[in-house]
Amino acid sequence: MRGAVRPRGSAWLIVAAAVLWLAATILLPLVAVFAEAFRKGASAYFAAFTDPDALAAITLTLKVAAVAVPLNAVFGLAAAWVVTKFEFRGKALLLAVIDIPFSMSPVISGLVWVLLFGANGWFGPWLDSLGIRIIFNFTGIVLATILVTLPFVARELIPLMQAQGTDEECAAITLGAGGVTTFLRVTLPNIIWALLYGVLLCNARAMGEFGAVSVVSGHIRGLTDTMPLHVEVLYNDYDFVGAFAIATLLAGLALVTLALKTWLEWRFAGALAQGNSRLARNR
Amino acid sequence: MLSALNAGARRPRWREPSILPGFAPAMGFTLLYVSLIVLIPLSALIARPWEHGWNGFWSTVSDPRVTAALRLSFGTALLAALLNLVMGAVVAWALVRYDFPGRRLADAAVDLPFALPTAVAGIALATIYAPSGWVGALATPLGVKIAYTPLGILIALVAVGLPFVVRSVQPVLQDFDAEVEEASLTLGARPWQSAFKVILPALAPALIGGFSLAFARAVGEYGSVIFIAGNMPMRSEIAPLLIVIKLDQFNYAGAASVGLAMLVLSFAVLIAINLVQLRLARRGLR
Repeated sequence: MRGAVRPRGSAWLIVAAAVLWLAATILLPLVAVFAEAFRKGASAYFAAFTDPDALAAITLTLKVAAVAVPLNAVFGLAAAWVVTKFEFRGKALLLAVIDIPFSMSPVISGLVWVLLFGANGWFGPWLDSLGIRIIFNFTGIVLATILVTLPFVARELIPLMQAQGTDEECAAITLGAGGVTTFLRVTLPNIIWALLYGVLLCNARAMGEFGAVSVVSGHIRGLTDTMPLHVEVLYNDYDFVGAFAIATLLAGLALVTLALKTWLEWRFAGALAQGNSRLARNR
Repeated sequence: MLSALNAGARRPRWREPSILPGFAPAMGFTLLYVSLIVLIPLSALIARPWEHGWNGFWSTVSDPRVTAALRLSFGTALLAALLNLVMGAVVAWALVRYDFPGRRLADAAVDLPFALPTAVAGIALATIYAPSGWVGALATPLGVKIAYTPLGILIALVAVGLPFVVRSVQPVLQDFDAEVEEASLTLGARPWQSAFKVILPALAPALIGGFSLAFARAVGEYGSVIFIAGNMPMRSEIAPLLIVIKLDQFNYAGAASVGLAMLVLSFAVLIAINLVQLRLARRGLR
């Protein structure tokens, strides 16, 4: 471990290269989003949000995240509890399965649901005869979103809970606490910030997911278009101010997520660091 | 070691005893969830391409338009990951080693591609690099066309992949023992020698780890690419887009074939990268 020093001489070249690269690849697109959104002035910008289709897209995105994120949070807690507090065979395999969505193209994460529930899918005709529709519908969008964001909470909790071990829980149980009490009063307080952190990242991805959702949504305006899909529709219609106006909301969400994340890291550096340095190495 | 011996002597059982409660329900829920959300859907991807036998699969994936798309997706992804390997190392180095004005802001900004929705990045990049855009307008007089060419795809993939390398390398660089480096300097190494011969080998596993994550992300990337790609068949059409096109034609077996080919190829590349990493790690131990 060593401290950072003031750059001197040729070190400035490295710093300049790094800063310029970050500015060109990361900052420039962000600036472009806001510049394009306000290209025709503030009134055109705000007019974009009075479109009922835009409002429907915003509502749909919030609804999808409201279902997908809590489910993945509960899954993350259960999976982390099993993986970090017990020793069993096949643990490495389970961890690998949890990571699969990270290495799958979002388009494939949408495709698999169409293969199951689409018109020509395995269960499609049968569900159709029952009048149940999953693809081109809310359910399909939620399923695709859940698949894409499945690892986020689990991956944030596992390294931290691994590092914390089982001593505290064992002590609580030995002293007569019940399972639920132990979880709520011993485990949860230890992991609450990592849980929040995972939920935050999961939510950002859930609201911003494009590829997987675009495959299952069918792009029905005002009905199955989420915010990112509505951005695409407007952009392809050459309504650039409208597209970038909706995009500013998503960019704002990303910025708020980053700000909260940075604050969490700064405020709870100790609690998160244990898990995070391991996480980065494991990733 | 002792516990390993004990485990060997005992009748093998699939889980160690524990006084902690909740194993059965938590395990049950976890398995049910990953089965419903990951395993069953994935099995559909594996089973579906064979509707018309091996020939059906092969004629789909050996179609020139598909091979061109796969070559484009894997080629640009590897190139982008390579660029990110170099620039990610530079950025991580600057962030860890030097205290410059705006360092914390730069550090926080690295994660932006993780948080920024891909479609947003996609339309922004397409606008910047279009012939009339901020950068595109500068490149056009030079005769360089960026948007709607493979070069545009590369730029989009570079933009989404950078944080993977930076965040892999940063903690290792942070924990790197200053004494080792100081020893090399005391023994007469020049700073660049110390950087390339002492620090770089120690960073290699993290660099390669970041490289493979950036590659995996880039191969399947869709949202940030399709707006800037131009999507011309045989030239700037990425493999994930072909899946979408085949699904639009209700060609499920064809879409699944392309998806499976992508998955198998990218796992093959990732395994190859892992083997290199393992070899490097072994050399480090010696």
